Amino acid sequence: MARLTARRALFAVPVLLVVTFGVFAVAAASPFDPVKAYAGTAALGADQETLDRLRDNLGVDRPFAVRWWDWLTSALGGDFGRSTVMRQPVAEVIGERLVWSTLLCAVAFAAAVLLGTLLGVLAARRPGSLLDRTVTSLAYSLEAAPVFWIALLAIWLFALNLDVLPAGGLTDTGSDHVTAGQVVSHLVLPAGVLAVSQLPWFILYVRQGVGDALAEDPVRGARARGLAERTVLLGHALRSGLLPVLTLIGSRVPELITGALLVETVFSWPGIAAATVEAATAVDFPLLAALTTLATAAVLAGNLLADLLYGLIDPRVKLNEM
Amino acid sequence: MTTRRIRGAAAAMAMAGAVAACSAPGGGGEDGGASAASVVIGVPSEPDTLSPLLGYGKDGNSKIFDGLLARDAAMELKPALAKALPEVTDGGRTYTYTLREGVRFSDGEPLTADDVVFTYRTVLDDRTNNTARSELDVIDEVRAEGDGKVVFTLDHPYAAFAARTVLPIVPEHVAGGQDPNTGSFNTKPVGTGPYVLTGWSKGEKLTFKANPDYWGGAPKVKKLTMAIIADDDVRATRLRSGDLDGATLPPNLAATFKGDDDKKTYRATSYDFRAVTLPTGDPVTGDTAIRRALDLAVDREAMVDKILDGAGRPAYGPLPVDDPWFADGIERPRDLAEAGRILDAAGWKPGKDGVRAKANRPARFTLYYPSGDKVRQDHALAYASDAKEAGIDVRVESATWEVIEPRMKHDAVLAGFGSTGDPDFGLYTLLHSSLAGDGFNNMARYDNPAVDRALDTGRRAQDAKAREAAYDTLQRELVKNPGYTVLTHIDHLYVLADRWEGLTTQTEPHEHGFASGPWWNAEDWQPRA
Repeated sequence: MARLTARRALFAVPVLLVVTFGVFAVAAASPFDPVKAYAGTAALGADQETLDRLRDNLGVDRPFAVRWWDWLTSALGGDFGRSTVMRQPVAEVIGERLVWSTLLCAVAFAAAVLLGTLLGVLAARRPGSLLDRTVTSLAYSLEAAPVFWIALLAIWLFALNLDVLPAGGLTDTGSDHVTAGQVVSHLVLPAGVLAVSQLPWFILYVRQGVGDALAEDPVRGARARGLAERTVLLGHALRSGLLPVLTLIGSRVPELITGALLVETVFSWPGIAAATVEAATAVDFPLLAALTTLATAAVLAGNLLADLLYGLIDPRVKLNEM
Repeated sequence: MTTRRIRGAAAAMAMAGAVAACSAPGGGGEDGGASAASVVIGVPSEPDTLSPLLGYGKDGNSKIFDGLLARDAAMELKPALAKALPEVTDGGRTYTYTLREGVRFSDGEPLTADDVVFTYRTVLDDRTNNTARSELDVIDEVRAEGDGKVVFTLDHPYAAFAARTVLPIVPEHVAGGQDPNTGSFNTKPVGTGPYVLTGWSKGEKLTFKANPDYWGGAPKVKKLTMAIIADDDVRATRLRSGDLDGATLPPNLAATFKGDDDKKTYRATSYDFRAVTLPTGDPVTGDTAIRRALDLAVDREAMVDKILDGAGRPAYGPLPVDDPWFADGIERPRDLAEAGRILDAAGWKPGKDGVRAKANRPARFTLYYPSGDKVRQDHALAYASDAKEAGIDVRVESATWEVIEPRMKHDAVLAGFGSTGDPDFGLYTLLHSSLAGDGFNNMARYDNPAVDRALDTGRRAQDAKAREAAYDTLQRELVKNPGYTVLTHIDHLYVLADRWEGLTTQTEPHEHGFASGPWWNAEDWQPRA
């Protein structure tokens, strides 16, 4: 287990290097002008001298490989540079926002896994029943629905028509203290929407896995011995039926991150998503690179987690052979 | 025009009883109710920084800070951190300000002349990424005389200089030890102003509390929240649900609050104009006959009514019709017949396809507008259809600024400008030939010696009469050779809960929402008895 983790960590190094280098290269090739992004609307009234001075001060004309190297060497020394678009050190930008994004993703992910498992098991118990058909078709339609559309729909329904939940933000507009109660009520909609967008995968995988397991010999044997349905379901079918879900957890992380991007934007959630969008359009190298590193690390960690769980739970898999 | 609007508004007020406002309790928390001591305002965008060293609040009304001078409701300069208006000596090259005594920053430290000097020197420093530094280029030297006096020496006499000194003053003891571009002062500012920043959740909101020791007296509005809501519809919805007390809104959404008797709509006139740049370097748009014909062919009244829902005024030049500097009598109605005569006389003859041509060159050019800006798009399309009636073919295209910028030399752009404070601020950068094609200055590369002379006189003359004559001449020259077809001045609309007495709006610049609107002087609001 430790060996696997260490090997993966070693493997992560070149991946991160390539990804950050790629980010710098793509950003340099993008049509966005960092100077205009920095100056915002003020640029549309600025004289050439000012624009040139900013260009010089921001160092945007240096080759991107050089800038990448500078960023990398100082990042290894713990200095992630300064974000031009936020007018703050990168570490500060991420520190302020990461906690809210993590909270949102964790709550949504947990909800999606639990609810998906529950619905999947219910659907698998009686394949072809009304419940199964309903859940499955719901899952397929959600699969096709874009997350921002679900988000807008949720705002329209819960915030505008029913007026039961706030439409956005982290706390009430009029308050300037972050209290747990307020955060919880503001978290319901964005986390719910994000969970719903991840739900179909879990439902369908669990349904398939549990359905297959229910048809296996050990389970039929258990039923034949007259064991209670609960024991059969929880002790036998679920254990092998949930194995595919574990692999899914790792592979859903990137999807979760992009989903969070959209959800945070729609709900004005003060997480790193808004910062990512701004950093990308403003060609804010240091911030963009740091955020990409974070996202990549999250994906790699998700995959590692999935493999570790698999090794722990599936007796056929030996960790030391991975 | 205005009287009709007032009457319309009055009628709407009278009908107010007919419409039941949605009074569901919004998520306003226990203090988000209808208390006059707190106000929550929805604005479309937030500042990039709160540091005046990078340009925040350079035109005044920054809430956290004060400048040496400030502006009142009528846009007249009045003393703020300075005790009085500056003493101008040396033929207009030296400005001396005497500081008000006993002013302290919100952290308790006294304001000194060194703070003022530090502020101006940092803004003028090449290494500071201030986008508006060129506005202060005229300063040759700024120095302190003791604790109480600041002396500016200018490169040349500059009549409008005092209006630039509304720039907010920052404390050297806080901002001095850090990098002005990325230091913590950008997000945790300290000033002498009527409000103190209590929190800034970027992209969500900024919260302020009243500064009890404000030199101008403690504000009655104790709590001020600026919620950042980019989407117009969402802003209107949150205003309706009671989550917000006020918001900036486009005309069509502001109209939906007409029947609400606990909300008032405020209309601010502005210097914010929309115009078509006609590049001098292009054989079609650079032709004076074409320019004059376009100027006569556009139906400005229709644009105000149809595009702006009446929330605006026809623009007959860069200065709005109610500006004291406006040259009387240059208003001109639409006159297609005259436009046709001008084109005929200049040799632009009607062709088979309805497009005029001269020496085998069709009267045709491309007009770009920045994509996503609906108001500019509507202006561009209306302009093209008006021009078509005069036999000029305008091809409208949308693009991002990255695409537009390299083409500004040859293609027309639907641009928006407008500066308040002094005619020099907006006109010089728009029209002076020395700034042709200099970044986004003088985008049309307008080049007219008579206008250049008028601009220089207006800039340097110390005598108000001479300045007035210069700007009068300039506006009449622009009618003879319009390098920009100025179309409309746009009004800005605000809807606000009716809990305070006698609110006003200033005449606003192109930028608006955060510092302007009826909350430009929230520190002076008086609760309704």
